[in-house]
Amino acid sequence: MKRIEILKTYKIYIGGQFPRTESGRYYTVNNSEGKAHANVCLCSRKDVRNAVVAARKAQGAWAERSAFNRGQILYRIAEMFEGRKIQFIDELTQQGQTKKAAQAEVNMAIERLVYYAGWCDKYNQILSSVNPVSSSHFNFSSCEPMGVVGIIPDQQSPLLGLISLLAPVIAGGNTAIVLASVDYPLCAVTFAEVLHASDVPGGVVNILTGALQETAPTLSSHMDVNALVTSNLGNEVNTPLQVAAVDNLKRYFDYKQDWNNSSAQGLHFIGDLQEIKTTWHPIEQIGGATSSY
Amino acid sequence: MAKTVSQIILDASKVDKVGVEERVARIQTRSVKGTSKVQGLKMALNMIDLTTLEGKDTQGKVRQMCYKAHHLHDSIPDLPAVAAVCVYPSMVKFAKKELRNTSVKVASVSTAFPSGQAPLEVKILDTKFAVDQGADEIDMVISRGKFLQGEFQFVYDEIAQIKEACGKARLKVILETGELTTLDNVRLASDIAIHAGADFIKTSTGKIQPAATMQVTYTMLMAIQDYFAETGIMIGMKPAGGISTSKLALHNLLMVKEVLGDEWLTNQWFRFGASSLANDVLMQLIKCESGIYASPDYVSID
Amino acid sequence: MNKKEKWPLSPSLESTQHASIKKQYSLFIDGEWVKPSSGVYFPSINPADESHLASIAHANEKDVHLAVQAARKAFPLWSKLPASERAKYIFRIARIMQEKARELAVIETLDGGKPIRESRDIDVPLACNHFFYYAGWADKLAYAFPNRTVEPLGVAAQIIPWNFPLLMAAWKIAPALATGNTVVLKPAESTSLTALKLAEIIEEAGLPKGVVNIITGFGDTGAAMVNHPDVNKIAFTGSTHVGKIIQKAIAGSSKKATLELGGKSANIIFDDAPIDQAVEGIVNGIFFNQGHVCCAGSRLFVQENVAEKVIRKLKLRLKSLYVGNPLDKNTDIGAINSKEQLETIESYIAIGKKEGAEIYQPTCNIPKKGYYCPPTLFINVAQSHRIVQEEIFGPVLTIQTFRTVDEVIQKANNTPYGLAAGVWTDKGSRIFNLTTKLKAGVVWANTYNKFDPTSPFGGYKESGYGREGGVHGLSAYVKLS
Repeated sequence: MKRIEILKTYKIYIGGQFPRTESGRYYTVNNSEGKAHANVCLCSRKDVRNAVVAARKAQGAWAERSAFNRGQILYRIAEMFEGRKIQFIDELTQQGQTKKAAQAEVNMAIERLVYYAGWCDKYNQILSSVNPVSSSHFNFSSCEPMGVVGIIPDQQSPLLGLISLLAPVIAGGNTAIVLASVDYPLCAVTFAEVLHASDVPGGVVNILTGALQETAPTLSSHMDVNALVTSNLGNEVNTPLQVAAVDNLKRYFDYKQDWNNSSAQGLHFIGDLQEIKTTWHPIEQIGGATSSY
Repeated sequence: MAKTVSQIILDASKVDKVGVEERVARIQTRSVKGTSKVQGLKMALNMIDLTTLEGKDTQGKVRQMCYKAHHLHDSIPDLPAVAAVCVYPSMVKFAKKELRNTSVKVASVSTAFPSGQAPLEVKILDTKFAVDQGADEIDMVISRGKFLQGEFQFVYDEIAQIKEACGKARLKVILETGELTTLDNVRLASDIAIHAGADFIKTSTGKIQPAATMQVTYTMLMAIQDYFAETGIMIGMKPAGGISTSKLALHNLLMVKEVLGDEWLTNQWFRFGASSLANDVLMQLIKCESGIYASPDYVSID
Repeated sequence: MNKKEKWPLSPSLESTQHASIKKQYSLFIDGEWVKPSSGVYFPSINPADESHLASIAHANEKDVHLAVQAARKAFPLWSKLPASERAKYIFRIARIMQEKARELAVIETLDGGKPIRESRDIDVPLACNHFFYYAGWADKLAYAFPNRTVEPLGVAAQIIPWNFPLLMAAWKIAPALATGNTVVLKPAESTSLTALKLAEIIEEAGLPKGVVNIITGFGDTGAAMVNHPDVNKIAFTGSTHVGKIIQKAIAGSSKKATLELGGKSANIIFDDAPIDQAVEGIVNGIFFNQGHVCCAGSRLFVQENVAEKVIRKLKLRLKSLYVGNPLDKNTDIGAINSKEQLETIESYIAIGKKEGAEIYQPTCNIPKKGYYCPPTLFINVAQSHRIVQEEIFGPVLTIQTFRTVDEVIQKANNTPYGLAAGVWTDKGSRIFNLTTKLKAGVVWANTYNKFDPTSPFGGYKESGYGREGGVHGLSAYVKLS
């Protein structure tokens, strides 16, 4: 007799917990054969709001962790991911990919996490500067995370596209609200479980599923979100989001990129989500007039 | 109630040197022209403590200086006399005699000037001697060694005892800021001197460089400003050493005006300790009157 | 000046004889001085005495198009010029500006009302130095962006405000040219003259025609620049309100933007601060350039146990500030830039009074003609006062007290803006705690309102985005791949 499988409930991830959407709604995701495969949360504006609150609450402490520690945690995500490769490959194939393509995507996703894990305690050294000002002051510029970042990944790259945007955001000390691919949300939720098992503090990453037309405008207009990152959404989706983002002058980045490309990674993805802060302080000895030793 | 030394230390303002330099630079961009320049120059003359403090001082030298003190440049009418002459204790009696029936006061350095490296008894005797000889004002030095050792109570007590020895003579306390090295030290030494009874605080002996920089004077003026705000008691200020040009003198006066106010713009509360400043001021005054640049050959050196 | 003063300073006016201002200025397009197609000119007024300085051309959409076309035409030549040659042109601009520094300072003061002390010692030297700094970058861009291919964006439309007319022109033009872009720049309508003098300097430096175009006009001119389809980059310094309009207008387009917008910056004084220097810092923070400074330290936070002392010293210091003729070398606070701005400031002062805040203004003899505002303190205000929340852009300081570090960090960050902040304390570890927690692009510790070409400037949150100055200032004008 064939064993009855245990089916998975795909829930959303907010503040380190896996609630269902507060709206109680769902939508059905089909597998590659067109059969109903899972019921996924159809998130509402309020879920977005809750996710932003969670992300804001987590942001200060995440940014103040040592860069080394953030690197360890990102590496830990890769480790946990590695252990669940088969599940991700399975979900990707359920969603219509060939097994070979799914394997390649999963491998690259892990490598991308390792890549950004290594950046955590280095990017600030590369992007900072000591500025030789003309007056008797010590002056330096360094990076600070922008804060709470909304992420709408490439809808056609549900795993690698998501990780490619998310990893540089959290590597740089930001916290994130991710709107998962509408049609292919399964591995986003499974990835949340990986995050949950990887010492990532609750609220640092929040992942929602549902319809973009409902969640994206809320996210892009939310006054407590500092930046919005999107990829390959197309102008029709993008422009209204960009307009809505203006009200609190969100930093807005839209990456047109093939994330399967091994070079679709780099320091600038971290740097884009950093503010440059410049600090001045007087130096007592230069140009001394009271004691010219 | 007088403040304890530990309270004085706690209350002393911190000083940021770069900020002081910026403030001073801003005063130095002030432009003094026309009638305010003439007024300022005359004011400066009237605030000078004409000074000779050399091992080779003689009665002859002191006599010439005393005459100059109230005859700065007779061809310009209505010139004020200087505020005082400043001499060693051995010259006080003589200078006093030379200056009888004038407004010019006699100031005497004391307390084993300039090093101050003598026992307290000697310093008290030194002071009493000068006062007995007729000195109107006493310019003492603080014990910088003790100060840098952290013996602030010693420094305080010494000033208080010299103040007692001064009787009616006004006491100027020389901090010798060039040996204190930091503006934080200058500020603390100013506060100690003021609380211990100084009538005036003074930057330098003139024997150590740097002396009366505007940064140091500014820091000391701030100590005076704070003491006045706390107590309502005015303290005088005397930058000494290194002020040899009219421009620098005018900027010092502007600084006094901006930091302390008009009340301090008299020789009761502000003095320049200088030997060559007077002639530069005179040359400037001559230029202001004639419009033609002057030569040092036309003002007397004494 | 106060009549009761014992030793008043006589007037000491900077001579204006050496400053040549034409009666009428046309538009500088494609290396020529072109009449505006509408034929309309508007007056530039000296805010110090309301006198007429010159007539300035009002560029319309047609003129903007001509200017953008000229810049587009010049772009291939300029961007392909060997970088070291580009550098030499920019160095030339810097040198000629230095040669004409005093003239530029006098005109800046006449046109904008800022004290000659500031235009002479701060605005003009910084503007020259900015060109010098970026000139040297032109042939070193590969070092600024390792592992990347650097290309210019194309035509940069630059719109600058009236508070630092020449300096802002330098901040915008110098990095744009160094990275190989061509420029259409519009100064603010009330302060066009130094930008037009800069156009003359650029002409004198022999830059290829069309590389820099300087057009004058009002908001409609700026809007035409923003909306022109052939513009690749918008650089704007001005109000947050207009910044948002611009950002919305270019949404969905490929135009890149940098915005330097408003602020309501906190200046924080702890009880262990060097108090007298902090008081100077407060004065430099809010009364520099009549408070027409986006990063002005307009919200003062003083630790409660030293508040009385700081306010006493501040009041005393205000008495030694000279308000009056900007051309007088002793003037500390000059004229408010325009009648409109004076009215705005006065309306905020009225609001502050109505809100019940305690006001202090020293007595100062303000000239009868011209637009002037005495330095103003509002004491005992609360975070919820409008004068604490809104940018006034004038010599008006609000003073609040605080008790603990956490409290003041919270309050300082409690604003939609994030341009700058000041911290005054003798304790190094506390400085670093605050400088990392204050949400602001520039933090001045034990100093305030310092600027340098090598030092990046720009804000967080609604104070805009992008940085100007330093190596980071190059990013705004390059396409990287």
